Parts: sequence; C-alpha cells; structure tokens
Amino acid sequence: MNTPLRRLATVMLVMFVALMGASTWVQYVKAPELNSDSRNVRTLYREYGNARGPIVVAGDAVAQSVKVDDSYGYQRTYSDGDTYSAVTGFYSIVHGSTQLEHAANDALTGRGDQLFFTRLRDLITGRKPEGAAVETTILPAAQRAAREGLGDQQGAVVAIEPSTGRILALVSTPGFDPNALATHDVAAASSAYTQLAGADGNPLRSNATLETYPPGSTFKLVTAATALENGYTADTEIPAPTVLDLPQSSATIGNFGGGGCGSDPITIAEALRVSCNTAFGQLGMDLGDDAIREQAEKFGFDSGLTIPMDVVKSVFPADLNAPQTAQSAIGQFDVRATPMQMAMVAAAIANDGVLMKPYTVDRVRAADLSVVSTTEPSVLSRAVSASTAQQLTDMMLGVVNSGTGTAAQISGVQVAGKTGTAQTTEGAAPHAWFTAFAPADNPQVAVAVIVEHGGNAGNEATGGRIAAPIARAVIEAVLNS
Amino acid sequence: MATVEAYRVRAGRGVELGLLVLAIAIGVGAYALVGLGVEGVVPPDAAGYGAGLAGLALAVHLVLRWRAPYADPVILPITVALNGLGLAMIYRIDLAYESREMAHGFASRQLVTTAIAVALAAAVLIFLRDHRTLRRFTYTAMVVALALVMLPLVPGLGQTINGARIWVSVGGQSFQPAEFAKIALAIFFAGYLVSNRDTLALAGPKVAGLQLPRARDLGPILVVWAVSLAVLVVQRDLGTSLLLFGVFVAMLYLATERISWVVIGLVMFVGGAMAAASAFAHVAARFEAWLHAMDPVVFERFPGGSGQLVRGLFGMASGGLFGTGLGNGRPDLVYAAESDFIMASLGEELGLTGILAILMLYAILTERGMRTAIGVRDGFGKLLAGGLAFVIALQTFVVVGGITRLIPLTGLTTPFLAYGGSSLLANWVAVALLLRISDDARRPAPALVRGVDPDLLPPEADDDYDSPPHRTPISVGGGGGAHERDFEDEQPTERIGRRP
Repeated sequence: MNTPLRRLATVMLVMFVALMGASTWVQYVKAPELNSDSRNVRTLYREYGNARGPIVVAGDAVAQSVKVDDSYGYQRTYSDGDTYSAVTGFYSIVHGSTQLEHAANDALTGRGDQLFFTRLRDLITGRKPEGAAVETTILPAAQRAAREGLGDQQGAVVAIEPSTGRILALVSTPGFDPNALATHDVAAASSAYTQLAGADGNPLRSNATLETYPPGSTFKLVTAATALENGYTADTEIPAPTVLDLPQSSATIGNFGGGGCGSDPITIAEALRVSCNTAFGQLGMDLGDDAIREQAEKFGFDSGLTIPMDVVKSVFPADLNAPQTAQSAIGQFDVRATPMQMAMVAAAIANDGVLMKPYTVDRVRAADLSVVSTTEPSVLSRAVSASTAQQLTDMMLGVVNSGTGTAAQISGVQVAGKTGTAQTTEGAAPHAWFTAFAPADNPQVAVAVIVEHGGNAGNEATGGRIAAPIARAVIEAVLNS
Repeated sequence: MATVEAYRVRAGRGVELGLLVLAIAIGVGAYALVGLGVEGVVPPDAAGYGAGLAGLALAVHLVLRWRAPYADPVILPITVALNGLGLAMIYRIDLAYESREMAHGFASRQLVTTAIAVALAAAVLIFLRDHRTLRRFTYTAMVVALALVMLPLVPGLGQTINGARIWVSVGGQSFQPAEFAKIALAIFFAGYLVSNRDTLALAGPKVAGLQLPRARDLGPILVVWAVSLAVLVVQRDLGTSLLLFGVFVAMLYLATERISWVVIGLVMFVGGAMAAASAFAHVAARFEAWLHAMDPVVFERFPGGSGQLVRGLFGMASGGLFGTGLGNGRPDLVYAAESDFIMASLGEELGLTGILAILMLYAILTERGMRTAIGVRDGFGKLLAGGLAFVIALQTFVVVGGITRLIPLTGLTTPFLAYGGSSLLANWVAVALLLRISDDARRPAPALVRGVDPDLLPPEADDDYDSPPHRTPISVGGGGGAHERDFEDEQPTERIGRRP
C-alpha cells in the first residue's frame, strides 16, 4: 500500500503548491489591480485609519487629519480652505483627491519610496504607520494677498521665486472649501461636489495650473526674446503701422484703442512699452513661427510639468502661415498658456535667462519629524542669454515706469512687468493679464496674474488696470516678509 | 542491504519539546502583537494566556511521553502553532467587531473549545492504546457517520445558517456534525476497505486499459456518492460533500491501487455536481460567483453573489507581500472573517509571507501524516492515517482554494485556525489518532518469537517492507522490494513484548 500512499502524498503536495500559487496570484500578481478596484473600500479605509500627514504652510498645517470617533478614524480638515484650495486640493471618501492631496499622496500616507526606512522601522517596532508632513514653499502673506486681490473675480495668480523655482503663491478663483468635500457624510459630500462641479468657473479645477488662456500681449515677451536671441537689440527699429495688413488674407491687426504706436518705425523696447500690436505682428512674421516656437519651448511651452501636481501643457501652435504667425506673435490665434507658464516666462527673465523648475513641496518630514526628502532647486532650461534677459528686464521696467503697467509701481522698488489684454470670444470681455518681477536688480519674486473676462471692470478692463494692482500687492507681500 | 545495523531510534520527544516552545512563542507572540497593533499595548492577560496555551501543549506533550513515546515529534507543535495563530487572529477580529459594536467574544469561546479539544485529544491518546482497536468498530463508525451527516435534516434539530443546513442545535449549542462524521467515515472506510480490498482490486472486467470493478462491488461507493450528493443538494453544502467523497475516493485508491476508482469517482462527482449546478440555483450561483467574481452584477448580488469572496481577495491583496501587520488591517470588512475567511484575514495582516508559511505548516503536518501511514505496519493503520492526513489536506485545499478563487467557494472551516468548535474538536481528535498511529509506526520492532535475533531486523518498518514482521521475519538482501502488494492479516496483529 506504500506506492499509492506515496502517490497520494505527491498529490497532496501538488494541492498545497497550487494553493501557494493561487495565494501568490492574489497577493502579488493581481494585488495592484485588486487594490485599485473602485469597490475596494479597504485602501480608503486604511488611508483614513492611519493618520494622514498634514500639508504645512510656513509651519502651520492648512490640511490635517484629526482623530474622530467614526469608522474612518480620522477626519481631514482644512484651515482657510478657500485660500489654499488650489494648493491642497481636496481629499474625499467618494470623489478622490486633487492637487497636493493627490500628487503628494504617497508621502501623506507614508507609502512613498523615500519613506521606505520609516515604514520598515514601523513594521519592526510594530508602530502604527503615520503619514509624513508635506511642507510647502507657499508664502502665506503672498498667498493671502493674491487671494484678496482676486476677490470675487475669476482668475488665477502664480508667484515664483526666480532663483529657485519655489512657488510662493498659487491661487485660483473661485476657490472652494475642501472641508465640504472631505466630510464623512457621504450624502453631504456628494451634494457639495455636484454643486461645485457645476458651479460657474469650475472651482474644483485650478485655473493656475490646469486652465490655459490666450496669453495676449504678455506673450510679446516671448516674441521680443526671440528677436533679441536672433540678432535684434532693444534699440532695433521695426515697422509699426496703424493697421497691419496680413498677407494672403483680408485680415488686419490693429492696436489697442485703434491708433498708432507713437512712431513708425519704432524700437523694440518702445513697442513693448506701449504694447504695439502691429509692430510685434510684423516682427513675428519676420522672425517666422519656427523661431518663436523654439523660443517658447525654451520657456516651457509645449511640455507638461509636475510641481508635483500636474500643470497642463501651454501651447504654441504648429504649422502656421504668415497671418497666423502674426496673430500668434501677439499671443492670439491658438496660443494658449497657463498662468503658471507666464509666471515661468517672467521668472526666467528675472533669473538672468535661466528657467528654474517650479515646485511647491519644500520638504517631506516623517511623523518623527526627521526630514526624509528636500526638494533641491533644479534648472529646467536656459531660456535666453543673460544679455537678452538684461535687455528684456530694461524693456519691462519701461512698461511699469511709463508704459501700460504703471499701476504696478511700488515706491522704492523697481518693478519689471508686462500687461496683456487678451481677446477671447466675440462680444466677451477680454482677459486681463499682468506678469512681472521685482526688484529688477535682484529679483525676489516673479508673478503672473489673470483676471478672466475683465473681472469687475468688464469691457473696460485692461491688464494694466485690473491685473497689475493684484501683482503689485503680491510683490509687496513677498518683499515685506 | 548487505549488512543490517541496529541503531537506536530517536523517540523525538526532546525535539518535540523544542518545537513546542517555538509554536507557543508564535501563538503568544501573535496575541501580544494583536494587542500592540490594535490598542498600542500588550494585552494585560498575555502572560496568563501564554501560560494557558503552554500548559495545554505541555499536557499533551506529557501524555505523549507517557502513552505514545515514539509519536511523531512534528505533528503536535504544528497543531499548536496553527491553533495559537488562529486564536490570535480571532482575538484580533473580535477587537474589530467590538469597536464596530458587532457581536464578538469569539476568542474566549474558541479558547475554551481549544482546552476541551486538547483534553479530548489527550483522552484519545490515553484510552486508545492501540489504533487497531478501532477496526472493531468499522460498521458502528459507518452508522455513526451516516447519522451525523443526516442529523441536520432532522426537524427541530437541524438549523439552516447562511443557506446551508449543516448545523445541529442542542441546548443552545450549535454543532457541525459533518466535522465529526469525517473521522467516523475515515475509520469506517479504513476498516471496510482493508477487508474488501482484494475483491475491489482484483475482480472485474478490463475496459480501455482501465480495470473496472465488478458491479456488485460498486454498491458502497454508490452509497457514499449518494450521501455526498444528498449533502450537496439537501444541505446545500458543497464543501462537506466534496470532502466526504474526496476522502472516500482517495482511500479507495490507497486500498486498491486502482486508478480506475479515482476516475470513476471523479466522473461521478463532477457529473453529479454539474447536474446539481444545472438543477439547483444555489449551486449554480456558487459556480457563477466563482467564474465571474469581478462582474459588478455578480458582486452586488446578495445572497449568492461574489461579494464575500471578492472582499476577501481585496483583503489579501491589500496585505501584499508582507501584510499590514497584526491589528493594522481591516479583516473585519469580510463576512465570516473569523471562521470561513480566516485565511483571508491572515493573508491581509501577515501577507503572502504569512500565508505561505501557514500553508507550509499544513503541508508538513499532512505529509507527516502520510509518512506515518507509510511507516505503520498494518493495513488498517495505513488507511486510517492516510485518510486522516488526506482529510486535513483536502479540507485546507477546499477552503483556501475557495478563498483564493482557485476553485468555487464552499463553506468549510480551515482546520485549527478558524473559529468553530466542531471543527476544532474533530481536527484535534484526528491529530490524536495520527499521533497514536505514528507511535506505532516509529516504535522499534519488538523482539520476535521463533528465535530470530532481533538485531537482524530492520529497526523500523522499511518503506518497501510493510508486511507484518512475523510473516517474513528476515528480509535482508532486497527481499522486501519484491512485495508489490502487501498481505496484511485480517485481524489486529498480536505482538509479543509490546509494552510492559
């Protein structure tokens, strides 16, 4: 009877090997798929059951998990949620998460690679794992100034420290209160979500990073940079007719207000100061769309970015004919830019032509307060030469000191800026843009502001009138802190 | 085998004691970690708990030293380790249920049951001096087994829990009689088959290379088949049905060495199960929940959907390779996390590593059972040990295979781990029987009559040498290898000089 016993023993062994194989299939091979299954409440429960790390602004938590007595264990709460909503995003049981809550989730839950040793120690010591704190680069004064400056107008503000790429302010309006979405009352959270998702201006979507706009005249900085990099100087005279007839079509480009630009021809510096459309339209055609596109891409156009939240791609369109090139050179036609992108243009000029990679997460600190990672500033690209940057700076000083951007003047501080008033659809008020940096000789902050459809000023709006004062307030807030 | 050397057989009690210390450390360590994981402190009663568990294990150990000194030294430690792990996990799930204000207190009940089960196992070892005694009760065992299987169908006594009528309630206590039936059946099969193996094995026509049994020999297998299907259909218990029939087929094969029995058995069972699947909605639902588990419609359906299965898979997946750690997962999100789905709970908190370790324990435990069967000299003992080892292996396979979606899910408890008094008692008795048989298997051969020098005998039954020693007392020089089939005596062997 021993032969069948041995055979049966082998069969039993095969049965156990099959069980081991099945367990490995479930717990290793299929685990990622099962864990990401939307019906798997466990992932969520576990995230809630462990203390999720806070999002910290200048030492204060703007988002943190507070122990509560329900089945989740912790409630995510936001202080001053509306001001910081574009930074933190929200963290909801039913609707997922956005912005830093989403992008920095690995650190906040304590699952990130950089927290491996912390986890290992927790595993060995049996400590309940805790999420890490995400310390942001946001400067509260700048953030508040930007939020107050936008008020009830729709728009966005981005402020960057040019020498590092640290993002000092990131505001999108209308904002929202993430607490309404983070509540464990599923019905209330859903109703808040539905209401916000359908609200005017889509509060849940950050205008600063996820929305693109026609950049209008602020794009003339890129066109001017292209010219200076291709043999022109600030003093090169270019034609500036009252009306620019576009070849191959009956279309024309006029100037704001319909007049001339003061002289014809005009220097590039002067054309930028008064934001002369016809001069830049012609200059664009002379330079060609490829040259402008190449320059735009050095500033960051045509590629996405993570800061670590996603920034959508700003676009300089491809395959342009001459009239389209002329339109694009003044930031119209199909040119689209995020407020983040325009802040990067200003920041690169401010930093002697070197574009630093923008970032919002300064440090990740484990629950035991040890720093597990620090973001080191890194160069994204050399956008323009140092001499081009210097000439552009001088030209932008002219804009603020005596041009279209005088509203951004700050006593005792040299502010370099550029206005933009971007046409949108027929009949709608234009977007008001302003991008600037200061102090010009030692830039501490570069900022981009957009107020959609003229904000409270409506059709009367210009970048200089509506957006420039907000930029000034943000610059002052940075310089005063 | 030119020379035969006598050597001293290591009884293995010292090894057993060492392994027991390890097993108790696992159980108590897990218990302490649950407290640390859930509440941040070692449970205040951890020391007392550890002492209790150690006391129980030590008691069995001492009984073995007294009554079965040559018993297999690995079986008891593995059983203690599994039982201890199960207790810790049930305690952990208790704490989760308690915090959710659900019914709890399973751990303390399981602890009491463990004590009773250990006492029962010790009693078996003390009072059953020779496993061959059981052979006298072959047909008693059959009657008991059939009665136990049918008991839940008795009106007023049987209870339907979660759609399966496999429970008996007496005086507020619920039992799953099928758990005990499997042991009674193993005894019956062993006794029946050892007497009838020759007729079952040799007679009958040969068709397409398969030696078929005679029609009249098919009688008993038809009865068992019918009972299994009745369990499946009437009691709605696919697992027990599969278990009872599987054990019978396996033991039939052991006794007859004829693969035709296995083929016939599998064909009959699969045929019956498929017929049942097409005729009965609850069986069909089980199959659908298995094949289309992730389908949202099947997932949401209740009862008869795959919700429990898939939630168990979610739990195991969230455990990943190393698990969340005891007390840090959410095993309580799965229905029956403390009983049928305890392996999913363990998978979540101990990870794949833990699951593989536990499966390895089961594999070693049951293979030690098979080694016992190979080592023991009498046919009844071989069949009984093989049957008991296989029943534990098959039960583990059916329940863990169901949880990991290897096979359709059935309601069986994981031996030793899962909450459930009947299962724990029955499996401890099975282990006691295995220990008893292994004592016989590993005991050095006794001095023989007819003046043969005992030093010339193999000290332990050789693998190819399973004839009773007094038939072919000296089998040196490869003589044992000639025995393709062994010829056991019909009656328990009287040995001389067994015990003082």
